[in-house]
Amino acid sequence: MSTPTETSQDEKIVLAHGGGGELTRRLVAERIMPKLGNKLLNPLTDSAVLTTNKGQISFTTDAYVVQPLEFPGGDIGRLAVCGTVNDLAVMGAFPKVISLALVIEEGLSLSVLDRIVDSIADAAKEAEVIVATGDTKVIEHRQGDGMTITTAGVGEMLEGIELSTERITPGDVIIVTGNIADHGLAVMSAREGLAFETELESDVAPLNHLIGGMLKQGAELKFLRDPTRGGLAGVLADLAEDTGYSVEIEEDKIPVSRIARHTAELLGLDVLTVANEGKCVAVVSEHDADRVLKTCCEHRYGKNAAVIGRITESAPPLVELITRSGGRRLVQRPYGEELPRIC
Amino acid sequence: MVQTGIRQTISQIAGICKQLDQVSLMEVCGTHTVSLFRSGVKSQLPANMRMISGPGCPVCVTSQGYIDAVCELATREDVAICTYGDMIRVPGRTGSLEQLRGQGADVKVVYSVRDALGLAEKNPERKFVFLAVGFETTAPATAAAVLEADGKNLINFYVLMCHKLVIPAMSALLSAGDVPIDGFICPGHVSVVIGVQAYEPIVENYGKPCVIVGFEPAQMLVGILHLVRQVAQGQARLENVYDVAVTDEGNKIAQQLLEQVFEPGQAIWRAMGTIPASGLELRKRYKRFDALAQFDLTIGPDYDPPGCRCGEVIQGKVEPNSCSLFGMECTPIRPIGPCMVSSEGTCAAWYKYGRHGG
Repeated sequence: MSTPTETSQDEKIVLAHGGGGELTRRLVAERIMPKLGNKLLNPLTDSAVLTTNKGQISFTTDAYVVQPLEFPGGDIGRLAVCGTVNDLAVMGAFPKVISLALVIEEGLSLSVLDRIVDSIADAAKEAEVIVATGDTKVIEHRQGDGMTITTAGVGEMLEGIELSTERITPGDVIIVTGNIADHGLAVMSAREGLAFETELESDVAPLNHLIGGMLKQGAELKFLRDPTRGGLAGVLADLAEDTGYSVEIEEDKIPVSRIARHTAELLGLDVLTVANEGKCVAVVSEHDADRVLKTCCEHRYGKNAAVIGRITESAPPLVELITRSGGRRLVQRPYGEELPRIC
Repeated sequence: MVQTGIRQTISQIAGICKQLDQVSLMEVCGTHTVSLFRSGVKSQLPANMRMISGPGCPVCVTSQGYIDAVCELATREDVAICTYGDMIRVPGRTGSLEQLRGQGADVKVVYSVRDALGLAEKNPERKFVFLAVGFETTAPATAAAVLEADGKNLINFYVLMCHKLVIPAMSALLSAGDVPIDGFICPGHVSVVIGVQAYEPIVENYGKPCVIVGFEPAQMLVGILHLVRQVAQGQARLENVYDVAVTDEGNKIAQQLLEQVFEPGQAIWRAMGTIPASGLELRKRYKRFDALAQFDLTIGPDYDPPGCRCGEVIQGKVEPNSCSLFGMECTPIRPIGPCMVSSEGTCAAWYKYGRHGG
């Protein structure tokens, strides 16, 4: 009899491998990077930065498999455009062109497809990116009503911007650009087998204009990341791991709506680990924090921005939360997809 | 800003605990275990207060034999398993439901039994088996679903019963007497259903203080304060500080549903063995929904995976960091025992939120 701890070549992929948590990180580190790793890929950032004879460009790719295709506040089309745009923007690039490969399952209603394409067009217009190339494939019926979108995106790197975890030092502050957890909870509320009524809407939005504004301030902005799968916890865990410094955040400063907090509590989820699609985490020198915060708050997608914590020298490097009751606890990258609890 | 009320309660607890050598309080419910960690309250309690996690995490108390039976059922071609999320990662002899799903088994995560029923109605060609796990909180919903399935004459909806009752488990722990418990933080959600008076036997027969508590940090601290006061005064009373939700009699409608569809039966608890009248069985009239009988399943013997001490953890006999697998071979990535799998499991809470293993 084999014990569950033994690894074998027969081990199979499970859904949680794609959850964006610790399991995803290990899959990439152990199975993919040893074979495909190279100078451009190794940093595993949201996009790669390439040097051309006309300057630097940022290049990214992403796949969108959200279920259901349409959810409160958005759909897979808007998600695909915004996700790609945001992955470029957080690298300090201004997105220019994207590609779209639509893999559609037979049986999808044309009216759904029309709505998704409309939404792609709207999001591209808002983000000022051009859909420059694409592909369409149809596959046999699997789960029904299915569609996935794979994108690539290219952006021009803004000059004089250097975003890197290497620049982060103790004392730097952490800003999040608005209410967290709305996207993950809104999608969950619409998912089959989990449907519940909520006023929550996904925050899915293109952040390139907001981020452009933050970068143009000339502030000492050191690092940006969009906390998608794995949530805020995932980004902060990466920060601690990459910098070797600890991160301390304060629960009562983290912007989260009352509805989101209560919905998460009801489902037994931690808002810190729930996905966002229209938020950005920034690490900024303390003396520039107010300036960056003000810029955020003036933008429609940064209204509830707040300083939520700071980088500290406390060893070993961990993410620690000071709770509303004044206690402390660790914050870790989630394991995989976070699942609602039983009772 | 930390509320003044919270700060005061913490200092009152500390003041009382100074007069005591050691206080051991058991939080029966897994949601309390997680809330104590997640809210940071655990880090604010005095050093001589020991919080013991009890047998209140539904996944953790499920016997290994049940897990194995579920996994066997999942491999049958005409069967879809519908389950609450936490169950899918518990390793059985042949792997977990999550792994079986990766190999093609039809395993659906649902949030409510109502969703499982809906799937059965929509797909009459398949058989849907709902894993009826949980305490008095989830059992009434299972009962309601069985009644609805009965009313609609559904012939492709089944439940694999594993519902358990809280009071018999608390009594069994106290009768065994292996763990020193000075008082109980009684579960909030379960108490909404069973009511305050359900705990009277614990107070009367065993002389242990019981306080029913909600899940907000301030609530939990007030509950702990009431308990240590009783302990310091040598009293054993039943108190309810969650009276916005919990009444003396509990939820009569839910209780009637339970009574109508189920009858108490013996249940196998992980490591605690068979406890009489601690589980729920379908009444004869509803036996056709019983997956155990309909699929000719047997629940095999309970066992702990080699080296795993979950059985002792759920009884409060040891703390997670006493297990040599904790944080080493057994982590949320590759859990060996259920207490590391479940989001309400004691080991998972220690691992996820505790700085120095607790």
